[in-house]
Parts: sequence; structure tokens; C-alpha cells
Amino acid sequence: MPEAFLEIKEMTVAYGDNVIMKDVSFTVNKEDVFIIMGGSGCGKSTLLSVLTGLKQPAKGTEIFDGKVFWGNGATKDDRDALMRKAGILYQSGALWSSMTLAENIALPLEQYTKLSKPEIRDLVALKLDLVGLGGFQDYYPAEISGGMKKRAGLARALALDPKIVFFDEPSAGLDPISSKNLDDLILQIKDNLHTTIVMVTHELASIFAIGTNSIFLDAQTKTVIAKGNPTDLLKNPPNKTLEHFLTRGEK
Amino acid sequence: MSARAELVKNEKNASVELILSEDWLLENGASDNDQNIFDLFEKNDFKQIKLDGKQIGRWDSRLVAFLVHVISLCKKNNIEYRLIDFPKGIDPLLDLAFSVPEHVSPPKGDTTQSFLSYLGNVALYSWAATQRVALFCVKIYEALIRLITKKAVVRKVDIWFEIQDAGVNAFLIVSLICFLVGLILAFVGSIQLKMFGAQIYVSSLVAIAVTRVMGAIMGGVIMAGRTGASYAATLGSMQVNEEIDALKTMGVSPFDFLVLPRVLALSLMMPLLTVYADFMGIMGGAFVGIFMLGLSPEDYFRMTLKALFMKNILIGIVHGTAYGIIIAVCGCYQGINCGRNASAVGKATTAAVVYSIVWMTVATAILTFIFSVIGV
Repeated sequence: MPEAFLEIKEMTVAYGDNVIMKDVSFTVNKEDVFIIMGGSGCGKSTLLSVLTGLKQPAKGTEIFDGKVFWGNGATKDDRDALMRKAGILYQSGALWSSMTLAENIALPLEQYTKLSKPEIRDLVALKLDLVGLGGFQDYYPAEISGGMKKRAGLARALALDPKIVFFDEPSAGLDPISSKNLDDLILQIKDNLHTTIVMVTHELASIFAIGTNSIFLDAQTKTVIAKGNPTDLLKNPPNKTLEHFLTRGEK
Repeated sequence: MSARAELVKNEKNASVELILSEDWLLENGASDNDQNIFDLFEKNDFKQIKLDGKQIGRWDSRLVAFLVHVISLCKKNNIEYRLIDFPKGIDPLLDLAFSVPEHVSPPKGDTTQSFLSYLGNVALYSWAATQRVALFCVKIYEALIRLITKKAVVRKVDIWFEIQDAGVNAFLIVSLICFLVGLILAFVGSIQLKMFGAQIYVSSLVAIAVTRVMGAIMGGVIMAGRTGASYAATLGSMQVNEEIDALKTMGVSPFDFLVLPRVLALSLMMPLLTVYADFMGIMGGAFVGIFMLGLSPEDYFRMTLKALFMKNILIGIVHGTAYGIIIAVCGCYQGINCGRNASAVGKATTAAVVYSIVWMTVATAILTFIFSVIGV
């Protein structure tokens, strides 16, 4: 029986009176590669903001590693403490441009661990090695390519050995080879570090290559209209909208 | 328990063993003897080592980072190593860490330089920067010609928006600061003038000082911090987001579309703001004269009118116009030449304000010299 890591129960997300999505419920199990998919403007990135504590839902509960994250009196301090178990890779890497790659990765380690400077240096080197950027410690984000920025962003997301990593459109702006390499890297990280992955994407190649579970958000009904393994969903699509999406509009 | 590593030398069979024990977790405190162990590898007095992980408790990437360092040292010093009884899961992580060879940065060259070469570089850089600024000004002039000949791609709404932003929207802050400056000027002046019973001349002091240069300077400083910084930040962010590239590739000159409206707006509004700053400065002085020195409003304003010379007001307006052009050019120059990251926008904004104020001071010195030569 798979163990749940993230549970979302009857969540409604809104900007003021404008409801973005309603009655969203799903469970992300440990070591899942969970895909949040849907067309443009369906609220995928907004949902990710809610899951990572940046935006408060209008209604509903989020249970994060067995503890309440949203709902039932959970405070910001509770969420901050839980978010230390999470890493986030933003769409453009979101590296701090005034710091070198090493300083970007060292910051969370300096902030939240009592390790010595040489130990932090070794850990920074390891994280960069893991994403294939060994030796790039002293480079600034402006000096590396877009794909490298994403990998460096992933190294920073992995700095504190998170139990879960959230990815916001990791393949956006990458060529097919870099995109495939990033998918492989995500799988290696998941397999070797036993990390749970939650990914917002609409890249079909990535969805089928690495997704083990998924939800499909529909912009029209503003809710989840399909759940399950993406490959299974392609074989037996539960509705026309999803079939249309998964076949790039060919069916 | 914190991470523990112990190097054991067996003198009998000359073997060396590195025994790792306890919990190797990020959350535990720093271990104190890692560096001593790494130093032993550099001494190169053994050629083989056994890494023993039998006694390791819980672990995370801290253990992997330590092992990567140790293995790298072994490879560097040609030491043969063997990993024994390590927890499952370590090997794939080590494989992943060593899967891509370390990137070797090209040497950056000798960065030390003598004082003379430093001085030479500064001179060359300053000359190149002057040329760039001169070219920038020429391009603004060309854009102005295109505007006059109706060939410039510029939206009227942008010009009006910039005029509103640099004019009406700045009234409140200019009012406050210039009123206070007039007030301070009158207050400081009154202390001296009181000694001779000549308080009434506070009005003349304030009127002459404010109209001739202080109103323009205060207006200029405010606009450098407010509008010049905003120009640099806006154009810098547009540079970061490739919006300026988008204009260029569409065949629209950023000088027509972005720089010209701003330069026009500020050079048109600064003279007006200067006159307004003069008025607010005089009001600040009047506040002190009437309410603190006990002068009658009639006397105060009569003396003020006597000291208000059109010559001084025009000198102030010339200063204000020059400051407006300087602030707009500095702001737009720094914004257009901004780097492509967030910190570059910050640097551009700072530089815009600093250069505006420096060049305003230089311009004041030049104008003062010119006015004294021509005798006004």
C-alpha cells in the first residue's frame, strides 16, 4: 500500500471573488512523480503556489507529510517548518543573480544547518556534481545557459535533501535533448534520493516519460476531471477534453 | 550523534582504514576533524585505503559529500580505495556525482596590475565612456530631428504620460521639500540677521537664494532620485525582459520610442518645476518670517518682491532646464545600457542617481562661471 505524502482535500482557490478552481482533491504518494497537467490558464501554477504555501486557498485542507499545512489552524510558522522538507525548481531557475552558483546553493545550508564552511563547500560541490555542473561553483547565473540555470536551480532545490521537490514547467524553454536530459536527471534524483516529485507541466513527452500519477485540471469546469497514471489515461481517456489534450488535439 | 570519521593505521600490515560511524545528517552539527583527515591524504604516506561504512547510522547527502571529497583526494593522489559495507543507495549517488567530468574553467589571466597601468586603464575607460555618452546624446538629437520631421515612431500618449509623471505627479514631493528648504534657509539666515536687527532682509535672502539656484538644485535632486531612478529601473527591466530587443527587431528605435518621450518630458517640466520650487521656497521663508520673526505679511512680501529680479528667475530656469536634460540622459543611458539581470538593474538605478547629481554639480559650476563672465 503506497504511503501518502501530500493530501489535498476539497480545495477551492480564488483571487477575491474570482474562483480559479474548486473541489480539488488528490493524493501524492511517496516517491511518486506526480504531474499536474492542464491547458494554459487552467490554474496549474496557481495550484503550485498553494501547495508551496505562497498563496492561501479559499477553502480546503492540505496535509503535508502527515501534518496540516493549510486548514485546521495551521500557522505560517508551521508551513515554514514543513517547507524545509521541500525544494522548488522555478520555471526560469530563479537563481539569485548577484550570487555565484555556489553561493546560491550554500545559502539554505548556511541558514538551516550548523555545518562548517568546508562541509558546506563539499555539499555544494556534491549538489552541483549530481546535476552535472561540477566545477561551475564560481560562475554567475548570467554566465551559464538556460538549461544549466535549470540544473543549477535543481541543485539549489536539493540543497537540504528535501523529501519532496516541486517543479514548475521544468522543460519550458529547453531544446528536446536538454529536456530529455532533465527528465532523466529528475528520475535519477527520485530513484537515488527517494524524493517525491510534483511537477506542473504540459510537455506531453515529459508527462509520459516520467509521470507515475497525475491530475488534469480543466479550465472550463474549474476542477479536476481526470486522475491516474498518464500512460493509462492515454489508453483509456475518461473524457474528450483529456483525450484532446493528451493527443495534441489529434483525437 | 554527530558524524564521526576515524583514520586507523595498522603498522603490522601497513594498511590504512577510514572508519565512518554515527549519524551523517545535515541537521547535526559540524564535525571537527574532517579537515585533519583530508590533510592526511595530501601527505601521501599510504597508497591504499579501506573505507568502512559498517557503523554508519542514519545518513543523507552529508555522507555522500564527504565520500566524494575523500574519493576525489584518492584519485588526485593515486591512492587505491575500497568501499566496504556502506548503506544501500550510496553507490548510485556516487556514480551520479562522478558521471560528468568536472568542468575546468579557463584561466582568467593575471589580474594584478601596476599603478601606472591602472591609471592608464582608468583613463582609457573614461575616454570610452565619454564617447559612449556623446554618441548617446547624438542619437537623442537624431531622434528629436525625426520627431520634428514626423518620422519618429513615438506615441503621443507616451509623451503625455511622461509629462504628467515628471510634472504634476511630482508636485507634492517638490512642494514639501522646497517649502522646508525655504524654511531652513530663512531660519538659519534669521539667526545672523537678528544680531543686527535686520530680520526683514530674511525675505530678500530667501528670494534671491531660492530663485537664483536653490530652487533649481532642490528640484533637480528630487527629480534625480524620483524620476531619473525610475527611468533607469524601467528601461533596465525592459532590457532584462528583452523588450528593447523586441523594439529593435521590429525596426523601432528605442531612442524614438523610449528615450525621447522621457528626455522631452523632463526637460519641459523641469523649468516649470523650478518656478514652482522657487514659489514654495519663498512660502517656506515667509512661514518663518511671519510666524517666528513676527514680521507682517505685507512687509515680508513687499521686500520679497523687491528682491525678485527677472534675471535671477531666468538663471534658475536655465539651471533647471540643464538639470532636466542631465537627469533624463543619465537615467535613460543607464537603463538602456543595463545588464541582463536583477542586480544590474539595481546598479543602473544607483548609477543614474549618482551620475545625475555629479553632473548637476558640474553643470552648476560651468553655468555659474559663464554667468559671472557675461556679468549676470
